[in-house]
Amino acid sequence: MTHHLTSPVSEEAIRELKVGDQVLISGVVFTGRDAVHKYLHEGGELPSGVNLEGGIIYHCGPVVLKDENDEWKVVAAGPTTSIREEPYQGDIMKQFGVRGVIGKGGMADKTLAACKDHGAVYLHAIGGAAQVLAECIVRVRNVYMLEEFGSPEAIWELEVNEFPAVVTMDSHGESLHKDVRSQSEEALADRR
Amino acid sequence: MRGLRESLIELIRRTSAEIPDDVQRGILRGLEQEKEGTIAKSALEIIEKNIELAKRKSQPLCQDTGSILFYVDCPVGLNQVEFEAEARDAVVEATKRGYLRQNSVDSITGKNDGTNLGPGSPNMHFHQHATDKIQVRLMLKGGGCENVGAQFSLPNTALKANRDLDGCRKVILEAVHQAQGKGCGPGILGVCIGGDRASGYEFSKREFLRMLDDRNPNPKLDELEQDILKTANELGIGPMGFGGKTTLLGVKIGAANRVPASYFVSISYMCWAFRRHGASLAQDGTISDWLY
Repeated sequence: MTHHLTSPVSEEAIRELKVGDQVLISGVVFTGRDAVHKYLHEGGELPSGVNLEGGIIYHCGPVVLKDENDEWKVVAAGPTTSIREEPYQGDIMKQFGVRGVIGKGGMADKTLAACKDHGAVYLHAIGGAAQVLAECIVRVRNVYMLEEFGSPEAIWELEVNEFPAVVTMDSHGESLHKDVRSQSEEALADRR
Repeated sequence: MRGLRESLIELIRRTSAEIPDDVQRGILRGLEQEKEGTIAKSALEIIEKNIELAKRKSQPLCQDTGSILFYVDCPVGLNQVEFEAEARDAVVEATKRGYLRQNSVDSITGKNDGTNLGPGSPNMHFHQHATDKIQVRLMLKGGGCENVGAQFSLPNTALKANRDLDGCRKVILEAVHQAQGKGCGPGILGVCIGGDRASGYEFSKREFLRMLDDRNPNPKLDELEQDILKTANELGIGPMGFGGKTTLLGVKIGAANRVPASYFVSISYMCWAFRRHGASLAQDGTISDWLY
């Protein structure tokens, strides 16, 4: 089933989502990956202008160039591997009111528990599909911490339209990653 | 070699934006075998669309334009210092044009100076041979798939893997299971049996230079490659780890001699966005033909 999700998003809308649902995301998303998560988790302040209440964090280090009018243009923007943010993600969701995280590869127990307690989901985008996903980015609204962290690690505020993803961890304690791992473990045991 | 720099910029552009035909054929086979209406099928459809779009727009297939690995086969007498200097200039220019992301970070300071140059970047491998041919191959290997690579030292008690090909099979399948979808599957494995810890990984990456649909000339390794491909695709991990039939697109295994005390199996995982191209160069450095 395909859901349309507009960010910022309510807890109620998030609670409706189930593992396996396909979603099309519109509205504002903020990129944030390794440097940002470590920084926020160590007590760093959000730059003024960044509001993650009801927001969606996108694990992504885009390729961004300035066009002839000196405006930022996203050239390529697929997801990066999310599991590296596992030590930080759940706490950051709760602290800043984040309702969704877009990434790839899935996350583990701590994040899954936070999704359940707080009301959030993990949205799996297609890894490597940097062009299809860049096409869904309508505009770069702003960039924060570009100097400190460099372009791939900066916080890019992006306006997206019908950005495709799959719910692989929901707010009811279900995780597709857990299921696939245990099924493949069984299949492998028979074939060792 | 006045034409060399432009040739290398074109090689980088093509590698970043255009998936090789042998890989695309593999993805299309995967697309055909996944069931209609599944998220595995829908993932492969997006992947296929992405391949078309990247080529048409001449922009990176994946935003992680990866480690920059050049493999140069050259005659005795080719000036390698000059070649490397041209390659470095080509990398800087390709980065300015957006074919490469600003992707190289100082490991001590954490600084990214935006040039993609630094110790080990780009990574140059020269190999002299006894003909006058110059061939340059480029691989752009993203971090997501590099992170799920694995090296095992046999025997491995937990996996009941002994120092034989069956032991190799066990640890290779374990690596596929551990990777799940995190390496952006469907993936391709490059494996080296033997070598030392450094050369094992190095040789495992060279396996990616083979054509995806070739067959291993060594019958024992060929059998192992086919077995692992078939078995991995029965595990139900599927594209992106969403479940499904297409977990791997190919398995390439080579061997290197080892010392009696060591028995390493080194496994490199390549994502579906398998970016490698190569070209033969004329004496003036211009491209005479493409290798993939």
